[in-house]
Amino acid sequence: MDEITILSGKGGTGKTTLAAALTSIAENAVFCDSDVDAADLHLILQPEIKEEYTYDGGWVVSVNKEKCTGCGICLDYCRFDAVQYNENGEIEINPFQCEGCRLCERVCPVQAITSIRNRNNHWYVSDTRFGPLVHAKMGPGEENSGKLVTQVRKKAAEIALNMNARFIITDGPPGIGCPVIASLTGTGKVLLVTESTMSGLHDAQRLVDLVHMFNIKVYAVINKYDINCEVTRVIEKYLHENNIPVAGKIPFHADIVKAMINKKTIVEYKPESEVTGIIRDVWGKIKHN
Amino acid sequence: MPLKIAIASGKGGTGKTTIAVNLYYFIHELWSKNIQLIDCDVEEPDDAIFFPGAVKETEKNVLQLIPAIDNDKCTFCRQCVEYCEFNAIVIIPPVKFAEVDGSLCHSCGACLVACQYNAITEEPASIGKISWYLTGSGNGLMEGRLKIGSTMQTMVIRKLKKELANGNEIIIFDAPPGTSCPVVNTVADADYIILVTEPTPFGLYDLKLTVEMLKTMDKPHGVIVNKAGLGNKEIYQYLRKENIELLGEIPYNKEYAVKYAAGELLNNIPEEYKDYYSEIIGKLKHKLS
Repeated sequence: MDEITILSGKGGTGKTTLAAALTSIAENAVFCDSDVDAADLHLILQPEIKEEYTYDGGWVVSVNKEKCTGCGICLDYCRFDAVQYNENGEIEINPFQCEGCRLCERVCPVQAITSIRNRNNHWYVSDTRFGPLVHAKMGPGEENSGKLVTQVRKKAAEIALNMNARFIITDGPPGIGCPVIASLTGTGKVLLVTESTMSGLHDAQRLVDLVHMFNIKVYAVINKYDINCEVTRVIEKYLHENNIPVAGKIPFHADIVKAMINKKTIVEYKPESEVTGIIRDVWGKIKHN
Repeated sequence: MPLKIAIASGKGGTGKTTIAVNLYYFIHELWSKNIQLIDCDVEEPDDAIFFPGAVKETEKNVLQLIPAIDNDKCTFCRQCVEYCEFNAIVIIPPVKFAEVDGSLCHSCGACLVACQYNAITEEPASIGKISWYLTGSGNGLMEGRLKIGSTMQTMVIRKLKKELANGNEIIIFDAPPGTSCPVVNTVADADYIILVTEPTPFGLYDLKLTVEMLKTMDKPHGVIVNKAGLGNKEIYQYLRKENIELLGEIPYNKEYAVKYAAGELLNNIPEEYKDYYSEIIGKLKHKLS
């Protein structure tokens, strides 16, 4: 069983479009959406949810006004500027600054502070027309996204093992921070989707440096390569110098947006098109290596 | 107090950076010379690409305090493990093993409070850099840049916000994509949030997630539809139904995309773009000053 994780550094380069296309090509595969804070793969795959789980998010901290003496010890200890006096001189916790370390709760001499888990994160095991999908919907502004990523990937691996699947295709998040690191740990290979822009290149370079820390093999796809062919050449040079094979170059095409609007993968929407042919080649190159 | 405007979007690649850089340029022309641009997308900071002539004025390391455990003083009582909400401390009493995993630590200081034997001290470790660029107009660009491999993106954003120049009249925050904690921290102290979206199903779905987040934070916001004409009309129905202000539309323009690709946003800006931005700025001015 081989997990292929689709990443990009920069957002909007076409990770989900490519992931969706691969779901309709790959046989005997399990799919996983690890972009838990802006998951989009389900918009194309239209999953039928089979199992639903709640995932414990960060702590929600509250102050009991009856007990609180307003001594301010908690304010002195909080390193995140999350404890403040409100206009009535009462101690308040700003939930958007709070990191959930619970130190305020521990140092309070009168036990006026309590925390409960946010139960606003959900994750699902679903059926789709191409195979099983594990995906999630994170509560707005949540902070445990790395742990939720680890959870959905763990379930995808379990399903793949049970059904003896050959592949897991994981649609990853943008960036290089904790959800990306959680998406990378232990994956088989990374499919980097970049675009022919200087931002696309800059962000891809930071991602490649990160992936190389984990000693994971990278393959690249240059999406919208015809937007600026000069920039594409700069990207190809960079990839070549870093021993990253280019698995395909995809042109900008209005059909790709039309397929999305029709809730179809580009492979379903235009099976005979040039773009579909290129994506089939990409899959051929990465699945055996 | 300066006016703080954040540019955000759930989906990546909708044009946050393009619009942040253009707003910086046009607000400087049309509204206030005392403006600064802050690149809060610390995982993938791209704003500097669009100021090719910018000069780096200062650069600072961002330091995180990581606890270190003195094995001679430690009694292996595990009280610090109990206090640590981030599972960053491993203590194995039989083999007298005590260690802190810096990649999980949030530097909250709870373990220092937990330890009764003074066995824990803190040492600074670098998690990124903050740079100030002079761009030839206004108060320039402040950029946060997460060290590759670090998971502390939110801490870099917080420290970045403490470095802002004095005397700014307007500050623009360019946010990272998504809806999780780095975005929350970027918009937390903003007076107004501009959501950049594209008229596609992915753009709409991720916009809804971001609006949901801003509603829980009680933050005023409006929308710019970028790449207008590319997808479908559903986004406009949503904005009308939810009574969200449409600040402006920027049509998809192939020639401008070519220039964006090369990093040349501010060279020879097409005449019609000046009109789009001056209309948007007119609305902001009316609303916010």
